[in-house]
Amino acid sequence: MGFSKIIPPKIAQKIMNGVFIASGIVTLLILVLILGYILVKGLPAFNLEFIFGNPIDSGKEGGIFPMIVSSLYVTLIAGLIATPFGVGAGVYMVEYANNNRIVRLIRFGAETLASIPSIVFGLFGLAFFVVFLHLGWSILSGGLVLAIMALPTIFQVSEVTISSIPNSYREGSLGLGATKWQTIYKVVLPAAIPGIVTGVILGMTRAISEAAAVMFSVGASIQTPISIFDPGRPLPLHLYMLATEGISLEKAFGTAAVLVILVLIITIVTNLVVDRYQRKIMGK
Amino acid sequence: MQKKKKLVEYLIEKGLFITAIFSIVIILIIFIFIINEGIPAISEYGFLNFIFGMTWAPSDSQFGVFPMIIGSICVTLLSLLMAVPLSLLCAIFMAEVAPDSVRKVLKPVIETLSGIPSVVYGFFGLIVIVPLIREQFGGTGFSMFTASLILTVMVLPTIISVSQDAIRSVPSEYREASLGLGATNWQTIKNIIFPAALPGIITAIILGMGRAIGETLAVIMVAGNVPLIPGSIFDPLRTLTSNIALEMGYATGIHYSALFTTAIVLFIIIIVLLLVAHYFQKKYSMDAYGGHA
Repeated sequence: MGFSKIIPPKIAQKIMNGVFIASGIVTLLILVLILGYILVKGLPAFNLEFIFGNPIDSGKEGGIFPMIVSSLYVTLIAGLIATPFGVGAGVYMVEYANNNRIVRLIRFGAETLASIPSIVFGLFGLAFFVVFLHLGWSILSGGLVLAIMALPTIFQVSEVTISSIPNSYREGSLGLGATKWQTIYKVVLPAAIPGIVTGVILGMTRAISEAAAVMFSVGASIQTPISIFDPGRPLPLHLYMLATEGISLEKAFGTAAVLVILVLIITIVTNLVVDRYQRKIMGK
Repeated sequence: MQKKKKLVEYLIEKGLFITAIFSIVIILIIFIFIINEGIPAISEYGFLNFIFGMTWAPSDSQFGVFPMIIGSICVTLLSLLMAVPLSLLCAIFMAEVAPDSVRKVLKPVIETLSGIPSVVYGFFGLIVIVPLIREQFGGTGFSMFTASLILTVMVLPTIISVSQDAIRSVPSEYREASLGLGATNWQTIKNIIFPAALPGIITAIILGMGRAIGETLAVIMVAGNVPLIPGSIFDPLRTLTSNIALEMGYATGIHYSALFTTAIVLFIIIIVLLLVAHYFQKKYSMDAYGGHA
């Protein structure tokens, strides 16, 4: 590069240091400013009535309680369904799989699943769960779509975590006469729990943030869903509708702020819990 | 007793195998259902007409998605053009320049930001960026440039955290050898670390690209959604994903089917991108580990 010949290395070093630091600061600033703006603008909408009240006049007035319930409901269903499949697949890949072709096929499947756009999942949910399986517009249909979306994340993180457990753990257990499954269940999985939990939470944050994937499967009802066959309207979908249909800017800001806070709480609490568990295991 | 134990072990292994092939089965079902629903539009309108048709007017039975294909590619490329340099510099800063204490704060912050719902970013774009663009550059403010800005912000955390991991995982011997030969930190980064981390960095860019091309609602909120090929970056456009989300709510018959065909086109584009990406990944990992670098 001609550039490096003209500028002495030491000065180039100083320039680049400046560039690196500046880009770090700029990036952080952009992201923090956006979130800060949403939170500051959303805060005035916050009160007990907003969190625990029902929407009035399709969201122009009142609260967002049914949407909070819908969001938590679909996310919980997604987590409950995707976790056993994701973790099970991770265990299989690390502990059992010995056919290279199948391993590669499964990994390819997970990668493809992870790269499908959420709106395509939305279409699939409509054609498969809502229409073909007759589940209708319901929390269950939406939860199932989100479970499929969360699956590759949980699988990939579980696989990485389980394969990072030292082999000496397994050998010790097998040497004491435990069967393979006993070893996995009593030794490998407990040691892998922090990583697996992180993976599950990552998958569930993806689910709770999703609007496009559920917009054709969960319905758009503003009633609080009770049964899994009731329709609902998760928070991101509500925010989208408030903003694009010009219903209420104030409530849209409030909803966005709730959504951001929800994601922040989930991430921070998980990090703390995982940290503590990890320290406890290490301490022993 | 022994026999029963063996049976249990056997059943567990088979059960776990089923969970493992589950994602393959799901993908097959997804393909089958999307293609099956898309076939009526293909057989009535013709796949080539569909892809290369310039007019999208469902009420006139015109289903050409070419403007949307261009739209999707344009916003994705423009956002990568802005996001890649910034996020790579930021990743290098985090991995190689910043002290440990700064990195320990930055890493979880960036990772948390990648979990923020895209609709929130779209909403921010609608409220803040669209008026800003309207004042600065005229027009409605709903444009390819606006959408690309929002996508840039959305893919930043993804590209940063993945490429940061790639840079961190370059063996420290590489670094030490280069520094030991008298190279400066920047020379080491430029000549040694960056080339060695390139396959991981490409993965990061692909992940970002996938997120950008698949994003739907955030783009709808700021892109204007006119199904025409944009003449400049300040023109509105419609992406393939937006096309599906905007019209699925009321589409019936052949129109309904055409939206599934749009999804098939999206599939094909993504598979091509994945293949291209895999090719570059392979090529550069050769160079970094014993090629002619």
